[in-house]
Amino acid sequence: MKWMLVAYVAIVGLVVLSIVWGGHRQEAVDVVGSTSIEPFAEMLAQEFSRRHPECPVDVQGGGSTAGLQAAANGIADIGMCSRALKKEEAEVFTAVTIARDGLAIVVHPTNPIEDLTRDQIKSIFTGQVQNWKEVGGDDREVRLISREEGSGTREAFMKMVMGNARVSRRALTQESNGAVKELVKHDPSAVGYMSLGLVGGELKALRVGGAAATAEDVRDGKYPLVRPFLFVTKGPPSERAKAFIDCVLSPEAQQMLETEGLVGAK
Amino acid sequence: MRLERVIAVVLTILALSAISSLALITAFIFKEGLPIIFRVGLREFVLSSDWYPGEGQFGIFPFIVGSLAVTAGAMVIGVVFGLGCAVLLTQFCPPAAVGIIKPSIELLAGIPSVVYGFIGVVILVPLIRDYLGGPGLSVLASSIVLGIMVLPTVTSISVDALQAVPRTYREGSIALGATEWQTTHRVVLKAARSGIVAAVILGMGRAVGETMAVIMVAGNTLELPHSILDPVRTLTSNIALEMGYAAGDHRRALFATGVVLFVIIMILNSIALAVSRQRSRRVQAR
Repeated sequence: MKWMLVAYVAIVGLVVLSIVWGGHRQEAVDVVGSTSIEPFAEMLAQEFSRRHPECPVDVQGGGSTAGLQAAANGIADIGMCSRALKKEEAEVFTAVTIARDGLAIVVHPTNPIEDLTRDQIKSIFTGQVQNWKEVGGDDREVRLISREEGSGTREAFMKMVMGNARVSRRALTQESNGAVKELVKHDPSAVGYMSLGLVGGELKALRVGGAAATAEDVRDGKYPLVRPFLFVTKGPPSERAKAFIDCVLSPEAQQMLETEGLVGAK
Repeated sequence: MRLERVIAVVLTILALSAISSLALITAFIFKEGLPIIFRVGLREFVLSSDWYPGEGQFGIFPFIVGSLAVTAGAMVIGVVFGLGCAVLLTQFCPPAAVGIIKPSIELLAGIPSVVYGFIGVVILVPLIRDYLGGPGLSVLASSIVLGIMVLPTVTSISVDALQAVPRTYREGSIALGATEWQTTHRVVLKAARSGIVAAVILGMGRAVGETMAVIMVAGNTLELPHSILDPVRTLTSNIALEMGYAAGDHRRALFATGVVLFVIIMILNSIALAVSRQRSRRVQAR
């Protein structure tokens, strides 16, 4: 009986201690936010910890808005945001553009459509165009794939393509770039939008208004759907956060991002 | 002696803390969710189909329908297979086979729901899209995935209920000249009815509350489904999809979605409790 009680007290004590200790351990840089930036940030974090083994970087997803919230609350050192800041947000946060990314309109590789104008994309996503033949494709129903409310990719898409129009109610909603990709890959009638850097070889990224969805055309300013990838901090970044941001902006890290399909910050 | 009393006090505190965490969760959900329901109006919130949180329109009717449709479909599949399995295991199966089949069904309960969702997306959804039409992500796909997920619950509780039927009922019926099948469906299943109802309702609770697998295979549209091949969004997936981003009224509206879900689950659980209580009373009377 007695030893059980002792064991119990010991366990509770250990748990409490570990919580208290955990609270004091703060040397990691917490980076939270957009799922579009997350894979790149993880790569950069590895690069950073190679250079500074004493300072680990924790990268978490959750979405652009969640990242901004985390940065505002001080939960994260850096918030990742994959869209331009809104006016009221720009007053609160300090933002650094770490790269630029094209927003690709993706379809199944067997879809004969090659090029759409921004207006055509808009009328497809509002549900006005319901069949691919209306924009010069096969006689096949259009299947829209959108992102969830609050996603940076969605907000960038809304701002650059939809304006004030709503995405059709019939659109399927997926919660990550990966899920959109998975669906479009297997469905010949699907169309979705996603980060250009994550498209890969299995989908077809459409030309928009004649400009190809490639890093070159994004860099030359020809491709119209471009959004910034931002690292935001509340006020000036802390010393640790600054070190990580500087590392990300260094020529080597920018080069890494370019090989991954993004376009450098400058 | 004193030590024992100390332990008793410690255990009481632990037991109470479990209950109080339940009370806290309940209070928190209602505190966050109720104000916006009253502001929007209960009717508007529950019966409107316009969910545009950015524009301040919160109507969750399609999600309620979605949850109910997916759950109903899951129950059709779960009950047909689960009950069939339970009848087979208790009435017609040699004990050696029971020893293999029952644990393997119970093992299904240990598979994480993401895995079910993943298998659904990779195998089931393309099959539905290619052979039945529609986007594949649909009421049907989620019903099948959920139906398999509730199988262990439905089967094991039904097995218990069927095994609780006294042997004498069965023997009496056979002695009167009834065939095995007549005995099973006219005597044994009737006698175990309340236990089977409880199994179905517990399975239903699991189906209503499941989130991860459903997000992956349901398609999550805002539109009301018109056929079982249409995509839907359920209450749980609405919360899980948007929670990460939501702030202000949007966030409160998601809590309000939780309130509605809470009420639905409470109703199902009270039915389950009432039914099982009725059963135990009958057993005592016997």
